[in-house]
Amino acid sequence: MTIEIKRLKKDSLPRLFAQLQAKGRRILAPHSRAGKTGFEELSSSGQVAQDYLQTTLSPKSAVFPRCEALFRYTFEGKEIKMEEKPEPAPTVVFGLRPCDAASFAVLNAVFSWDYPDALFKSKLEKTALLSISCRQADDYCFCTSVGGGPGDTRGSDILLTEMGSGDYLAEIITDRGRELVQLAPELFQEAPAPGKEKHLAQVPVKFDLKQLQEKLPKVFDSPQLWLEQSLRCLGCGACAFVCPACVCFDLQDEANRQGGVRLRCWDSCGFSLFTLHASGHNPRSLQSQRWRQRLLHKFSYFPDRLQTLGCVGCGRCSRICPADMNLLEHLKTIAEAS
Amino acid sequence: MTEPNLYMPYLMRIEKITPEAPLVNTLKLAFVNDEEGKNFQFRAGQFGEYSVFGEGESTFCIASSPTRKGYLECTFRQVGKVTTALANKEVGDLIGFRGPYGNTFPLDQWRGKNLLFIAGGIALPPLRCVIWNALDLRDQFQDITILYGARAVADLVYKYELEEWGKRKDIKLITTVDPGGETPDWKGEIGFVPTVLEKLAPACQNTLALVCGPPIMIKLTLPVLAKLGFQPENIFTTLENRMKCGLGKCGHCMVGKVFVCKDGPVFTLAQLNHLPPEY
Repeated sequence: MTIEIKRLKKDSLPRLFAQLQAKGRRILAPHSRAGKTGFEELSSSGQVAQDYLQTTLSPKSAVFPRCEALFRYTFEGKEIKMEEKPEPAPTVVFGLRPCDAASFAVLNAVFSWDYPDALFKSKLEKTALLSISCRQADDYCFCTSVGGGPGDTRGSDILLTEMGSGDYLAEIITDRGRELVQLAPELFQEAPAPGKEKHLAQVPVKFDLKQLQEKLPKVFDSPQLWLEQSLRCLGCGACAFVCPACVCFDLQDEANRQGGVRLRCWDSCGFSLFTLHASGHNPRSLQSQRWRQRLLHKFSYFPDRLQTLGCVGCGRCSRICPADMNLLEHLKTIAEAS
Repeated sequence: MTEPNLYMPYLMRIEKITPEAPLVNTLKLAFVNDEEGKNFQFRAGQFGEYSVFGEGESTFCIASSPTRKGYLECTFRQVGKVTTALANKEVGDLIGFRGPYGNTFPLDQWRGKNLLFIAGGIALPPLRCVIWNALDLRDQFQDITILYGARAVADLVYKYELEEWGKRKDIKLITTVDPGGETPDWKGEIGFVPTVLEKLAPACQNTLALVCGPPIMIKLTLPVLAKLGFQPENIFTTLENRMKCGLGKCGHCMVGKVFVCKDGPVFTLAQLNHLPPEY
């Protein structure tokens, strides 16, 4: 299917949101709070953050919430009644970046292989991605090194590119994107010949992915390398929580005397508890082993098992790290090692 | 939702609780929904997620044999939050079960073979499933030998079955306890499992060895098996790693790129030799 090009006036966004909401769409849009930007449900008076390079938290919570009820149960004497979750509402995620849009395929690869996860699928199928390409990038960005780009259309249903004129160039990429346009057709105008490239950020390729992937399996047994790279790691897991492609999760119960809920919550392979056996034995007892797992999972195991990288190069993990660990630098070190 | 919710467990009623050893119990579980019970199938080696509503889930093997229909058994030691809650349950109480998950011991490829079971302590339950499966199809296999050891007599699980197996003419059962773990009336061997195995010196020809036990027992038993001539592809074990989903998604049980919950828990030594030491 070819990509349709339209023009969307920037000041018609509030009307677009109102019309989508009127048609029953929940809108998740960037919202700034105390210096952090994350995706929140847009209320009628809600402000959409404008000047963010990258949101602090990724939009993965639209389909994989930080904490999610898998089912509920109630206690009735000795009996237990289990109850399915209600169907998710149709959702539009607005203002995510092309790297974020690409990450949904990574999440889908995990949740769909072998046993299809219906809870995830039901949300993904009802989620449309209305992304905005990047006019700026910073030193942490490396989308172009992992197959993406500041104007990459993969994963998005509609990709907007801000033109100098204050208009967006709208690329309508998928059927789901065309459905969105149909909900507010008068706002999407015919566009002259596009030229979005000149409005995009420059993100140079920073390492050779092929080289990195050839070297990774060979450096598994290099304790010194992993120790040096992870010496400053606090094991706080912030990198995994901001990552748009980290999928590892925990299952926990929350209950009182009447009943409770079984929850799926984000987890991180950086936590020592992640692999701790009941016996006290821990197969990855060192932080360096956990750092190695994080890197190899994303760049070696993911491609081997699910034919996708587990990283989209958004740079969030390095921006958030309180100990200033830089994933990009560590990847470069491995890729460039002789 | 048209597809089933993967995380929704079967409701199981506790039919029987058998104390096995200090802090170790076996639960016999029946499906609350008869239809679910009739449709439920599993094979030797598979595991499940057992849950106490309000506390969470725990991973154990299915310790009963697939040849015994209509119920499941699990044997566990009380060590954490969920296992403590499970241990406090009474007959008639409801718990959750998700499964069966994971791969299986390829019993159907083992017709005409000798089976040598080597287990230590609380690791007999995964092999007990295979043992009863093989005993229920006894004429499909040649010699069946079981070597089972524990730290002390009190720590031996399934004592009533050990007695039964010991009386059967078609099984060779050797039980042992670590030196100092014997009681005055102990009639079995005294010694560590690898030492007793060396003395027993079973023939490796046409024989499969199934080894399950604490890491130190496995570590010291494998060289003895190698010395006796067992090839790595004829030595089987089950791995356990911390697990949450059992579905190859949550990431907890990964050993390199291998999911213990999907690609295992049953592995041959030949396969383990290619895995990084993350289990």
